[in-house]
Amino acid sequence: MTIGLEHYLTVAAALFVIGIFGLFLNRKNVIILLMSIELMLLAVNINLVAFSSFLGDLVGQVFTLFVLTVAAAEAAIGLAILVCFFRNRGTIDVEDVNVMKG
Amino acid sequence: MLSQDLNTILPEIVISLYAMGALLAAVYTVKDKAGPLLVWLTSGLFVAVAFWIGTTGEGATEAFSGMFQDDAFSRFAKVAILLSAAAVLLMSQEYMQKRDLLRFEYPLLIALAVVGMMMMVSAGDLMALYMGLELQSLALYVVASLRRDSVKSTEAGLKYFVLGALSSGLLLYGASLTYGFAGTTTFAGIIEATEDGVSLGLLFGLVFLSAGFAFKVSAAPFHMWTPDVYEGSPTPVTAFFATAPKIAAMALFARVVHDAFGNSISDWQQIVAFLSVVSMFLGAIAAIGQRDIKRLMAYSSIAHMGFALMGLAAGTAFGVQAMLVYLGIYVAMNIGTFAFILSMEKDGMPVTDIHALQMYSKREPLKAVAMLVLLFSLAGVPPMLGFFGKLYVLQAAYGAGLAWLAVAGVIASVIGAFYYLRIVYFMYFGEERDEALDTGSSPVLWAFLVGSAAVMVVGVVNLFGIEPLAEAASLALVN
Repeated sequence: MTIGLEHYLTVAAALFVIGIFGLFLNRKNVIILLMSIELMLLAVNINLVAFSSFLGDLVGQVFTLFVLTVAAAEAAIGLAILVCFFRNRGTIDVEDVNVMKG
Repeated sequence: MLSQDLNTILPEIVISLYAMGALLAAVYTVKDKAGPLLVWLTSGLFVAVAFWIGTTGEGATEAFSGMFQDDAFSRFAKVAILLSAAAVLLMSQEYMQKRDLLRFEYPLLIALAVVGMMMMVSAGDLMALYMGLELQSLALYVVASLRRDSVKSTEAGLKYFVLGALSSGLLLYGASLTYGFAGTTTFAGIIEATEDGVSLGLLFGLVFLSAGFAFKVSAAPFHMWTPDVYEGSPTPVTAFFATAPKIAAMALFARVVHDAFGNSISDWQQIVAFLSVVSMFLGAIAAIGQRDIKRLMAYSSIAHMGFALMGLAAGTAFGVQAMLVYLGIYVAMNIGTFAFILSMEKDGMPVTDIHALQMYSKREPLKAVAMLVLLFSLAGVPPMLGFFGKLYVLQAAYGAGLAWLAVAGVIASVIGAFYYLRIVYFMYFGEERDEALDTGSSPVLWAFLVGSAAVMVVGVVNLFGIEPLAEAASLALVN
Protein backbone atom coordinates (compact mmCIF):
# COMPACT_ATOMS: atom_id res chain seq x y z
CA MET A 1 0.00 0.00 0.00
CA THR A 2 1.34 3.37 -0.90
CA ILE A 3 0.72 6.30 1.36
CA GLY A 4 -1.20 8.91 -0.61
CA LEU A 5 -2.54 12.38 -0.04
CA GLU A 6 -5.74 11.17 1.61
CA HIS A 7 -3.81 9.47 4.41
CA TYR A 8 -2.11 12.70 5.32
CA LEU A 9 -5.37 14.60 5.14
CA THR A 10 -7.02 12.05 7.42
CA VAL A 11 -4.27 12.31 10.01
CA ALA A 12 -4.44 16.11 9.86
CA ALA A 13 -8.23 16.13 10.18
CA ALA A 14 -8.03 13.75 13.17
CA LEU A 15 -5.43 15.93 14.89
CA PHE A 16 -7.48 19.04 14.19
CA VAL A 17 -10.61 17.51 15.69
CA ILE A 18 -8.66 16.30 18.74
CA GLY A 19 -7.42 19.87 19.17
CA ILE A 20 -10.94 21.30 19.02
CA PHE A 21 -12.25 18.71 21.48
CA GLY A 22 -9.31 19.44 23.75
CA LEU A 23 -10.39 23.07 23.85
CA PHE A 24 -14.00 22.36 24.67
CA LEU A 25 -13.94 19.24 26.84
CA ASN A 26 -10.95 20.13 28.99
CA ARG A 27 -12.01 21.53 32.37
CA LYS A 28 -8.69 21.15 34.13
CA ASN A 29 -5.87 23.38 33.09
CA VAL A 30 -5.35 26.36 30.80
CA ILE A 31 -1.97 24.97 29.70
CA ILE A 32 -3.86 22.11 28.06
CA LEU A 33 -5.80 24.72 26.08
CA LEU A 34 -2.50 26.09 24.77
CA MET A 35 -1.43 22.57 23.82
CA SER A 36 -4.73 22.01 22.00
CA ILE A 37 -4.27 25.22 20.03
CA GLU A 38 -0.77 24.12 19.08
CA LEU A 39 -2.15 20.77 17.95
CA MET A 40 -4.67 22.48 15.67
CA LEU A 41 -1.99 24.62 14.07
CA LEU A 42 0.26 21.59 13.55
CA ALA A 43 -2.62 19.72 11.90
CA VAL A 44 -2.89 22.63 9.49
CA ASN A 45 0.85 22.40 8.82
CA ILE A 46 0.58 18.71 7.93
CA ASN A 47 -2.22 19.62 5.55
CA LEU A 48 -0.19 22.37 3.91
CA VAL A 49 2.95 20.30 3.50
CA ALA A 50 0.99 17.31 2.14
CA PHE A 51 -0.78 19.52 -0.40
CA SER A 52 2.47 21.22 -1.28
CA SER A 53 4.19 17.94 -2.03
CA PHE A 54 1.14 16.59 -3.86
CA LEU A 55 0.81 19.69 -6.05
CA GLY A 56 4.56 20.04 -6.56
CA ASP A 57 4.24 23.65 -5.49
CA LEU A 58 6.44 25.27 -2.86
CA VAL A 59 3.94 27.88 -1.70
CA GLY A 60 2.41 25.52 0.85
CA GLN A 61 5.75 24.98 2.56
CA VAL A 62 6.40 28.71 2.70
CA PHE A 63 2.97 29.09 4.28
CA THR A 64 3.93 26.42 6.84
CA LEU A 65 7.02 28.38 7.84
CA PHE A 66 4.88 31.46 8.42
CA VAL A 67 2.40 29.45 10.47
CA LEU A 68 5.19 28.00 12.62
CA THR A 69 6.57 31.45 13.37
CA VAL A 70 3.19 32.91 14.21
CA ALA A 71 2.37 29.90 16.41
CA ALA A 72 5.51 30.54 18.42
CA ALA A 73 4.62 34.21 18.88
CA GLU A 74 1.08 33.24 19.80
CA ALA A 75 2.26 30.78 22.46
CA ALA A 76 4.55 33.43 23.94
CA ILE A 77 1.73 35.94 24.24
CA GLY A 78 -0.66 33.32 25.60
CA LEU A 79 1.78 32.28 28.32
CA ALA A 80 2.45 35.92 29.21
CA ILE A 81 -1.25 36.59 29.67
CA LEU A 82 -1.54 33.37 31.65
CA VAL A 83 1.23 34.46 34.03
CA CYS A 84 -0.59 37.77 34.66
CA PHE A 85 -3.82 35.88 35.23
CA PHE A 86 -2.15 33.50 37.69
CA ARG A 87 -0.74 36.39 39.69
CA ASN A 88 -4.20 37.85 40.16
CA ARG A 89 -6.23 34.72 40.60
CA GLY A 90 -3.77 32.25 42.10
CA THR A 91 -4.99 29.40 39.90
CA ILE A 92 -5.01 28.39 36.25
CA ASP A 93 -7.90 25.95 36.32
CA VAL A 94 -10.30 26.47 33.43
CA GLU A 95 -13.21 26.24 35.88
CA ASP A 96 -11.89 29.29 37.72
CA VAL A 97 -11.83 31.53 34.64
CA ASN A 98 -15.33 32.65 35.56
CA VAL A 99 -15.34 36.11 37.13
CA MET A 100 -17.50 37.38 34.28
CA LYS A 101 -20.61 35.47 33.32
CA GLY A 102 -23.99 35.98 31.74
CA MET B 1 9.70 46.46 -9.60
CA LEU B 2 10.70 46.27 -5.96
CA SER B 3 10.76 50.01 -5.54
CA GLN B 4 7.26 50.20 -7.01
CA ASP B 5 6.04 47.51 -4.63
CA LEU B 6 7.58 49.27 -1.67
CA ASN B 7 6.00 52.50 -2.80
CA THR B 8 2.57 50.83 -2.75
CA ILE B 9 2.94 49.70 0.86
CA LEU B 10 4.63 52.90 2.01
CA PRO B 11 1.83 53.87 4.45
CA GLU B 12 2.14 50.52 6.24
CA ILE B 13 5.93 50.79 6.30
CA VAL B 14 5.77 54.28 7.79
CA ILE B 15 3.46 53.22 10.62
CA SER B 16 5.43 50.06 11.44
CA LEU B 17 8.74 51.90 11.46
CA TYR B 18 7.20 54.56 13.67
CA ALA B 19 5.88 51.92 16.10
CA MET B 20 9.18 50.07 16.32
CA GLY B 21 11.26 53.24 16.56
CA ALA B 22 9.05 54.78 19.23
CA LEU B 23 9.09 51.52 21.20
CA LEU B 24 12.88 51.50 21.25
CA ALA B 25 13.16 55.20 21.98
CA ALA B 26 10.68 55.08 24.86
CA VAL B 27 12.07 51.95 26.48
CA TYR B 28 15.61 53.37 26.59
CA THR B 29 14.59 56.81 27.85
CA VAL B 30 11.61 58.00 29.87
CA LYS B 31 9.41 54.86 29.66
CA ASP B 32 5.83 55.48 30.77
CA LYS B 33 6.25 59.23 31.00
CA ALA B 34 6.21 59.20 27.21
CA GLY B 35 2.64 57.83 27.23
CA PRO B 36 0.64 61.03 26.70
CA LEU B 37 3.06 62.34 24.07
CA LEU B 38 2.95 59.04 22.18
CA VAL B 39 -0.84 59.04 22.23
CA TRP B 40 -0.87 62.43 20.52
CA LEU B 41 1.91 61.50 18.11
CA THR B 42 0.27 58.22 17.15
CA SER B 43 -3.15 59.70 16.55
CA GLY B 44 -1.57 62.57 14.63
CA LEU B 45 0.26 60.04 12.47
CA PHE B 46 -2.98 58.10 11.89
CA VAL B 47 -4.80 61.22 10.76
CA ALA B 48 -1.92 62.23 8.50
CA VAL B 49 -1.69 58.78 6.91
CA ALA B 50 -5.48 58.67 6.48
CA PHE B 51 -5.31 62.03 4.71
CA TRP B 52 -2.40 60.82 2.59
CA ILE B 53 -4.15 57.58 1.56
CA GLY B 54 -7.45 59.34 1.01
CA THR B 55 -6.10 62.10 -1.23
CA THR B 56 -3.28 60.52 -3.20
CA GLY B 57 -4.49 56.98 -3.89
CA GLU B 58 -5.72 56.35 -7.39
CA GLY B 59 -6.85 53.36 -9.40
CA ALA B 60 -5.89 49.84 -8.45
CA THR B 61 -2.29 48.72 -7.92
CA GLU B 62 -0.92 45.33 -7.04
CA ALA B 63 2.28 44.80 -5.12
CA PHE B 64 4.41 41.69 -4.58
CA SER B 65 2.77 39.79 -7.45
CA GLY B 66 -0.77 40.23 -6.20
CA MET B 67 -0.14 39.59 -2.50
CA PHE B 68 -1.05 43.16 -1.63
CA GLN B 69 -3.78 45.12 -3.33
CA ASP B 70 -4.29 48.83 -3.19
CA ASP B 71 -7.67 49.78 -4.63
CA ALA B 72 -10.60 52.06 -3.83
CA PHE B 73 -12.07 49.41 -1.51
CA SER B 74 -8.97 49.01 0.61
CA ARG B 75 -8.44 52.77 0.71
CA PHE B 76 -11.98 53.37 1.95
CA ALA B 77 -11.53 50.80 4.71
CA LYS B 78 -8.06 52.08 5.62
CA VAL B 79 -9.20 55.67 6.00
CA ALA B 80 -12.09 54.56 8.20
CA ILE B 81 -9.79 52.36 10.32
CA LEU B 82 -7.16 55.06 10.76
CA LEU B 83 -9.61 57.81 11.65
CA SER B 84 -11.55 55.70 14.14
CA ALA B 85 -8.35 54.47 15.77
CA ALA B 86 -7.13 58.06 16.10
CA ALA B 87 -10.43 59.12 17.66
CA VAL B 88 -10.38 56.28 20.19
CA LEU B 89 -6.75 57.00 21.13
CA LEU B 90 -7.55 60.65 21.82
CA MET B 91 -10.59 59.69 23.89
CA SER B 92 -8.64 57.21 25.97
CA GLN B 93 -5.81 59.45 27.12
CA GLU B 94 -7.43 61.09 30.12
CA TYR B 95 -9.22 57.96 31.33
CA MET B 96 -6.04 55.93 31.25
CA GLN B 97 -3.89 58.60 32.82
CA LYS B 98 -6.28 58.98 35.73
CA ARG B 99 -6.11 55.25 36.44
CA ASP B 100 -2.37 54.95 35.91
CA LEU B 101 -2.91 52.75 32.87
CA LEU B 102 -1.25 54.87 30.23
CA ARG B 103 1.82 52.80 29.56
CA PHE B 104 3.82 53.87 26.54
CA GLU B 105 3.17 50.50 24.89
CA TYR B 106 -0.54 51.21 24.59
CA PRO B 107 -0.50 53.64 21.62
CA LEU B 108 2.24 51.60 19.96
CA LEU B 109 0.36 48.32 20.26
CA ILE B 110 -2.64 50.08 18.76
CA ALA B 111 -0.37 51.30 15.93
CA LEU B 112 0.82 47.74 15.27
CA ALA B 113 -2.77 46.46 15.36
CA VAL B 114 -3.67 49.14 12.83
CA VAL B 115 -0.85 48.01 10.53
CA GLY B 116 -2.29 44.49 10.78
CA MET B 117 -5.73 45.77 9.88
CA MET B 118 -4.36 47.69 6.90
CA MET B 119 -2.71 44.46 5.74
CA MET B 120 -5.98 42.61 6.17
CA VAL B 121 -8.05 44.94 4.03
CA SER B 122 -5.37 44.94 1.31
CA ALA B 123 -4.69 41.20 1.31
CA GLY B 124 -4.66 39.53 -2.08
CA ASP B 125 -3.40 36.17 -0.91
CA LEU B 126 -4.21 33.75 1.89
CA MET B 127 -0.74 34.19 3.38
CA ALA B 128 -0.96 37.98 3.45
CA LEU B 129 -4.44 37.63 4.94
CA TYR B 130 -3.18 35.37 7.72
CA MET B 131 -0.18 37.52 8.59
CA GLY B 132 -2.29 40.69 8.74
CA LEU B 133 -4.93 39.01 10.84
CA GLU B 134 -2.40 37.65 13.32
CA LEU B 135 -0.55 40.95 13.62
CA GLN B 136 -3.85 42.57 14.52
CA SER B 137 -4.98 39.80 16.88
CA LEU B 138 -1.71 39.42 18.77
CA ALA B 139 -1.60 43.14 19.49
CA LEU B 140 -5.24 43.11 20.58
CA TYR B 141 -4.80 40.16 22.98
CA VAL B 142 -2.20 42.20 24.82
CA VAL B 143 -4.21 45.43 25.01
CA ALA B 144 -7.25 43.49 26.30
CA SER B 145 -5.23 42.52 29.39
CA LEU B 146 -3.58 45.92 29.69
CA ARG B 147 -4.69 46.37 33.29
CA ARG B 148 -2.51 43.52 34.43
CA ASP B 149 -3.30 43.84 38.14
CA SER B 150 -7.03 43.27 37.59
CA VAL B 151 -8.62 39.82 37.51
CA LYS B 152 -11.27 40.96 35.07
CA SER B 153 -8.88 42.44 32.54
CA THR B 154 -6.49 39.47 32.53
CA GLU B 155 -9.42 37.09 32.33
CA ALA B 156 -10.75 39.05 29.36
CA GLY B 157 -7.33 38.80 27.72
CA LEU B 158 -7.13 35.06 28.40
CA LYS B 159 -10.60 34.37 27.00
CA TYR B 160 -9.94 36.55 23.98
CA PHE B 161 -6.64 34.78 23.39
CA VAL B 162 -8.00 31.23 23.62
CA LEU B 163 -11.05 31.86 21.45
CA GLY B 164 -9.10 34.08 19.06
CA ALA B 165 -6.50 31.36 18.61
CA LEU B 166 -9.28 28.83 18.01
CA SER B 167 -10.72 31.06 15.31
CA SER B 168 -7.31 31.53 13.71
CA GLY B 169 -6.98 27.74 13.71
CA LEU B 170 -10.33 27.29 11.98
CA LEU B 171 -9.47 29.98 9.45
CA LEU B 172 -6.10 28.43 8.78
CA TYR B 173 -7.57 24.98 8.29
CA GLY B 174 -9.92 26.53 5.76
CA ALA B 175 -6.98 28.26 4.10
CA SER B 176 -5.07 24.96 3.84
CA LEU B 177 -8.04 23.20 2.23
CA THR B 178 -8.53 26.11 -0.15
CA TYR B 179 -4.86 25.98 -1.10
CA GLY B 180 -4.97 22.25 -1.65
CA PHE B 181 -8.06 22.16 -3.81
CA ALA B 182 -7.48 25.38 -5.73
CA GLY B 183 -3.74 24.75 -6.09
CA THR B 184 -2.85 28.31 -5.24
CA THR B 185 -3.12 30.79 -2.39
CA THR B 186 -3.71 33.95 -4.43
CA PHE B 187 -7.28 35.21 -4.63
CA ALA B 188 -6.90 35.74 -8.37
CA GLY B 189 -5.87 32.10 -8.75
CA ILE B 190 -8.70 30.81 -6.57
CA ILE B 191 -11.32 32.65 -8.57
CA GLU B 192 -9.87 31.15 -11.76
CA ALA B 193 -9.98 27.66 -10.26
CA THR B 194 -13.65 28.04 -9.37
CA GLU B 195 -14.78 29.18 -12.80
CA ASP B 196 -16.70 25.98 -13.45
CA GLY B 197 -18.13 25.30 -10.02
CA VAL B 198 -16.72 24.78 -6.56
CA SER B 199 -15.43 21.35 -5.58
CA LEU B 200 -16.42 19.81 -2.26
CA GLY B 201 -12.97 20.42 -0.79
CA LEU B 202 -13.11 24.11 -1.68
CA LEU B 203 -16.58 24.34 -0.19
CA PHE B 204 -15.21 22.97 3.09
CA GLY B 205 -12.41 25.51 2.88
CA LEU B 206 -14.93 28.30 2.35
CA VAL B 207 -17.00 27.16 5.35
CA PHE B 208 -13.96 27.06 7.66
CA LEU B 209 -12.75 30.44 6.42
CA SER B 210 -16.20 31.94 7.02
CA ALA B 211 -16.29 30.49 10.55
CA GLY B 212 -12.94 32.14 11.25
CA PHE B 213 -14.13 35.50 9.93
CA ALA B 214 -17.39 35.21 11.87
CA PHE B 215 -15.33 34.88 15.06
CA LYS B 216 -13.37 37.99 14.20
CA VAL B 217 -16.45 40.11 13.44
CA SER B 218 -18.21 38.59 16.48
CA ALA B 219 -21.16 37.28 14.48
CA ALA B 220 -23.39 34.72 16.21
CA PRO B 221 -23.01 31.73 16.70
CA PHE B 222 -19.32 32.58 17.12
CA HIS B 223 -19.85 35.53 19.45
CA MET B 224 -19.23 33.94 22.88
CA TRP B 225 -16.05 35.89 23.58
CA THR B 226 -17.53 39.32 22.87
CA PRO B 227 -19.50 40.15 26.06
CA ASP B 228 -16.78 38.97 28.44
CA VAL B 229 -13.97 40.67 26.56
CA TYR B 230 -15.91 43.92 26.27
CA GLU B 231 -16.78 43.89 29.96
CA GLY B 232 -13.35 42.93 31.26
CA SER B 233 -11.10 45.12 29.12
CA PRO B 234 -10.42 48.71 30.18
CA THR B 235 -13.14 50.91 28.66
CA PRO B 236 -10.92 52.70 26.08
CA VAL B 237 -9.79 49.30 24.82
CA THR B 238 -13.42 48.21 24.58
CA ALA B 239 -14.11 51.34 22.56
CA PHE B 240 -11.28 50.36 20.23
CA PHE B 241 -12.56 46.76 19.88
CA ALA B 242 -15.98 48.07 18.91
CA THR B 243 -14.69 50.22 16.06
CA ALA B 244 -11.58 49.68 13.93
CA PRO B 245 -11.22 45.85 14.12
CA LYS B 246 -14.85 45.44 13.07
CA ILE B 247 -14.29 47.48 9.90
CA ALA B 248 -11.13 45.52 9.13
CA ALA B 249 -12.69 42.10 9.69
CA MET B 250 -15.84 42.91 7.71
CA ALA B 251 -13.79 44.37 4.85
CA LEU B 252 -11.60 41.27 4.85
CA PHE B 253 -14.67 39.02 4.80
CA ALA B 254 -16.05 40.98 1.84
CA ARG B 255 -12.69 40.87 0.09
CA VAL B 256 -12.38 37.07 0.38
CA VAL B 257 -15.92 36.19 -0.62
CA HIS B 258 -15.90 38.54 -3.61
CA ASP B 259 -12.29 38.41 -4.77
CA ALA B 260 -11.63 34.71 -4.17
CA PHE B 261 -15.09 33.15 -4.24
CA GLY B 262 -16.90 35.65 -6.46
CA ASN B 263 -17.88 32.87 -8.87
CA SER B 264 -19.85 30.96 -6.28
CA ILE B 265 -22.02 33.63 -4.70
CA SER B 266 -24.90 31.24 -4.10
CA ASP B 267 -22.64 29.02 -1.98
CA TRP B 268 -21.54 31.64 0.51
CA GLN B 269 -24.72 33.69 0.37
CA GLN B 270 -26.51 31.12 2.53
CA ILE B 271 -23.70 31.09 5.08
CA VAL B 272 -23.57 34.87 5.36
CA ALA B 273 -27.36 35.21 5.48
CA PHE B 274 -27.47 32.61 8.28
CA LEU B 275 -24.78 34.44 10.27
CA SER B 276 -26.63 37.69 9.71
CA VAL B 277 -30.05 36.56 10.89
CA VAL B 278 -28.71 34.71 13.95
CA SER B 279 -26.55 37.69 14.98
CA MET B 280 -29.38 40.19 14.63
CA PHE B 281 -31.75 38.20 16.80
CA LEU B 282 -29.18 37.09 19.35
CA GLY B 283 -27.86 40.63 19.74
CA ALA B 284 -31.37 42.01 20.14
CA ILE B 285 -32.67 39.42 22.62
CA ALA B 286 -29.62 38.69 24.77
CA ALA B 287 -29.01 42.38 25.50
CA ILE B 288 -32.38 42.82 27.17
CA GLY B 289 -31.31 41.46 30.54
CA GLN B 290 -27.98 43.31 30.74
CA ARG B 291 -27.28 45.92 33.42
CA ASP B 292 -23.66 46.58 32.50
CA ILE B 293 -23.47 49.11 29.69
CA LYS B 294 -20.26 47.62 28.27
CA ARG B 295 -21.86 44.17 28.05
CA LEU B 296 -24.88 45.81 26.51
CA MET B 297 -22.71 47.47 23.88
CA ALA B 298 -21.17 44.06 23.17
CA TYR B 299 -24.55 42.59 22.31
CA SER B 300 -25.37 45.77 20.43
CA SER B 301 -22.24 45.30 18.32
CA ILE B 302 -23.23 41.68 17.60
CA ALA B 303 -26.62 42.88 16.33
CA HIS B 304 -25.00 45.64 14.26
CA MET B 305 -22.59 43.17 12.68
CA GLY B 306 -25.67 41.13 11.75
CA PHE B 307 -26.98 44.11 9.81
CA ALA B 308 -23.63 44.75 8.13
CA LEU B 309 -23.51 41.07 7.12
CA MET B 310 -26.97 41.50 5.61
CA GLY B 311 -25.45 43.93 3.12
CA LEU B 312 -22.70 41.43 2.34
CA ALA B 313 -25.23 38.59 2.00
CA ALA B 314 -26.85 40.43 -0.91
CA GLY B 315 -23.80 39.48 -2.97
CA THR B 316 -24.04 42.57 -5.18
CA ALA B 317 -21.98 45.73 -5.57
CA PHE B 318 -24.83 47.65 -3.98
CA GLY B 319 -24.72 45.23 -1.06
CA VAL B 320 -21.03 45.94 -0.46
CA GLN B 321 -21.74 49.66 -0.72
CA ALA B 322 -24.53 49.32 1.85
CA MET B 323 -22.19 47.36 4.13
CA LEU B 324 -19.51 50.04 3.93
CA VAL B 325 -21.96 52.87 4.57
CA TYR B 326 -23.43 50.92 7.49
CA LEU B 327 -20.00 50.32 8.98
CA GLY B 328 -19.11 54.00 8.66
CA ILE B 329 -22.28 55.06 10.45
CA TYR B 330 -21.86 52.32 13.08
CA VAL B 331 -18.34 53.47 13.91
CA ALA B 332 -19.39 57.12 14.14
CA MET B 333 -22.20 56.18 16.55
CA ASN B 334 -19.98 53.98 18.67
CA ILE B 335 -17.29 56.62 19.08
CA GLY B 336 -19.87 59.00 20.55
CA THR B 337 -21.46 56.34 22.75
CA PHE B 338 -18.11 55.26 24.15
CA ALA B 339 -17.14 58.89 24.76
CA PHE B 340 -20.22 58.98 26.99
CA ILE B 341 -19.38 55.67 28.71
CA LEU B 342 -15.82 56.87 29.34
CA SER B 343 -17.18 59.97 31.05
CA MET B 344 -19.46 57.93 33.38
CA GLU B 345 -17.79 58.04 36.77
CA LYS B 346 -18.62 58.49 40.42
CA ASP B 347 -16.07 59.98 42.80
CA GLY B 348 -13.50 59.47 40.06
CA MET B 349 -14.21 55.72 39.72
CA PRO B 350 -15.61 54.36 36.46
CA VAL B 351 -19.24 53.21 36.58
CA THR B 352 -20.83 50.90 34.04
CA ASP B 353 -24.20 50.08 35.62
CA ILE B 354 -27.03 51.53 33.53
CA HIS B 355 -29.09 52.14 36.69
CA ALA B 356 -26.58 54.82 37.65
CA LEU B 357 -28.04 56.88 34.81
CA GLN B 358 -31.41 57.40 36.54
CA MET B 359 -32.59 60.99 36.01
CA TYR B 360 -29.32 61.90 34.37
CA SER B 361 -31.11 64.51 32.25
CA LYS B 362 -31.68 66.72 35.31
CA ARG B 363 -28.02 67.10 36.06
CA GLU B 364 -26.49 67.10 32.58
CA PRO B 365 -29.19 68.13 30.11
CA LEU B 366 -26.91 68.58 27.11
CA LYS B 367 -25.04 65.30 27.50
CA ALA B 368 -28.34 63.51 28.07
CA VAL B 369 -29.72 64.91 24.81
CA ALA B 370 -26.57 63.90 22.94
CA MET B 371 -26.80 60.37 24.35
CA LEU B 372 -30.51 60.26 23.49
CA VAL B 373 -29.72 61.08 19.87
CA LEU B 374 -27.01 58.42 19.78
CA LEU B 375 -29.23 55.76 21.36
CA PHE B 376 -32.06 56.54 18.95
CA SER B 377 -29.56 56.29 16.13
CA LEU B 378 -28.23 52.93 17.42
CA ALA B 379 -31.80 51.68 17.63
CA GLY B 380 -32.47 52.87 14.08
CA VAL B 381 -35.19 55.38 14.85
CA PRO B 382 -35.78 57.87 12.02
CA PRO B 383 -34.70 60.58 11.32
CA MET B 384 -31.28 59.72 12.83
CA LEU B 385 -28.43 58.49 10.68
CA GLY B 386 -28.63 54.95 12.09
CA PHE B 387 -32.01 54.55 10.43
CA PHE B 388 -30.56 55.32 7.00
CA GLY B 389 -27.80 52.79 7.54
CA LYS B 390 -30.38 50.12 8.27
CA LEU B 391 -32.52 51.26 5.33
CA TYR B 392 -29.51 50.86 3.05
CA VAL B 393 -28.79 47.24 3.98
CA LEU B 394 -32.49 46.33 3.94
CA GLN B 395 -32.73 47.73 0.40
CA ALA B 396 -29.66 45.75 -0.65
CA ALA B 397 -31.06 42.51 0.80
CA TYR B 398 -34.47 43.10 -0.72
CA GLY B 399 -32.96 43.98 -4.09
CA ALA B 400 -31.00 40.72 -4.12
CA GLY B 401 -34.13 38.65 -3.55
CA LEU B 402 -33.56 38.10 0.17
CA ALA B 403 -36.88 39.58 1.25
CA TRP B 404 -37.12 37.16 4.20
CA LEU B 405 -33.82 38.42 5.51
CA ALA B 406 -34.97 42.03 5.25
CA VAL B 407 -38.19 41.23 7.12
CA ALA B 408 -36.22 39.41 9.83
CA GLY B 409 -33.95 42.45 10.09
CA VAL B 410 -36.89 44.79 10.66
CA ILE B 411 -38.29 42.51 13.38
CA ALA B 412 -34.90 42.19 15.09
CA SER B 413 -34.36 45.95 15.06
CA VAL B 414 -37.76 46.50 16.68
CA ILE B 415 -36.87 44.01 19.44
CA GLY B 416 -33.46 45.60 19.81
CA ALA B 417 -34.92 49.10 20.16
CA PHE B 418 -36.23 48.07 23.59
CA TYR B 419 -32.94 48.08 25.42
CA TYR B 420 -31.70 51.32 23.89
CA LEU B 421 -34.96 53.06 24.75
CA ARG B 422 -34.80 51.69 28.29
CA ILE B 423 -31.62 53.69 28.87
CA VAL B 424 -33.39 56.77 27.53
CA TYR B 425 -36.25 56.01 29.91
CA PHE B 426 -33.84 55.85 32.86
CA MET B 427 -32.22 59.12 31.86
CA TYR B 428 -35.46 61.05 31.53
CA PHE B 429 -38.14 59.32 33.61
CA GLY B 430 -36.19 57.20 36.09
CA GLU B 431 -36.35 57.63 39.85
CA GLU B 432 -34.12 60.00 41.75
CA ARG B 433 -31.15 58.34 43.39
CA ASP B 434 -28.67 59.48 45.97
CA GLU B 435 -25.62 57.94 44.36
CA ALA B 436 -25.57 60.20 41.31
CA LEU B 437 -22.80 60.21 38.73
CA ASP B 438 -20.26 63.01 38.79
CA THR B 439 -21.08 65.90 36.51
CA GLY B 440 -18.74 67.44 33.99
CA SER B 441 -16.28 65.63 31.79
CA SER B 442 -13.09 66.31 29.94
CA PRO B 443 -13.40 68.63 26.93
CA VAL B 444 -12.13 65.92 24.57
CA LEU B 445 -14.83 63.42 25.56
CA TRP B 446 -17.45 66.14 25.51
CA ALA B 447 -16.41 67.20 22.01
CA PHE B 448 -16.53 63.62 20.70
CA LEU B 449 -19.91 62.96 22.31
CA VAL B 450 -21.58 66.12 21.07
CA GLY B 451 -19.81 65.96 17.71
CA SER B 452 -20.94 62.39 17.11
CA ALA B 453 -24.51 63.25 18.11
CA ALA B 454 -24.44 66.23 15.74
CA VAL B 455 -23.21 63.95 12.96
CA MET B 456 -26.19 61.67 13.58
CA VAL B 457 -28.56 64.57 12.98
CA VAL B 458 -26.75 66.64 10.33
CA GLY B 459 -25.55 63.61 8.40
CA VAL B 460 -29.02 62.81 7.09
CA VAL B 461 -28.57 65.58 4.50
CA ASN B 462 -26.05 63.74 2.36
CA LEU B 463 -24.26 61.27 4.69
CA PHE B 464 -21.23 63.60 4.48
CA GLY B 465 -20.65 62.45 0.93
CA ILE B 466 -19.47 58.94 1.82
CA GLU B 467 -22.06 57.42 -0.52
CA PRO B 468 -20.13 58.00 -3.78
CA LEU B 469 -16.89 56.93 -2.07
CA ALA B 470 -18.50 53.72 -0.83
CA GLU B 471 -19.92 53.14 -4.30
CA ALA B 472 -16.50 53.53 -5.91
CA ALA B 473 -15.09 51.18 -3.28
CA SER B 474 -17.72 48.54 -3.89
CA LEU B 475 -17.28 48.74 -7.67
CA ALA B 476 -13.54 48.20 -7.21
CA LEU B 477 -14.31 44.97 -5.35
CA VAL B 478 -17.26 43.54 -7.27
CA ASN B 479 -17.07 43.47 -11.02
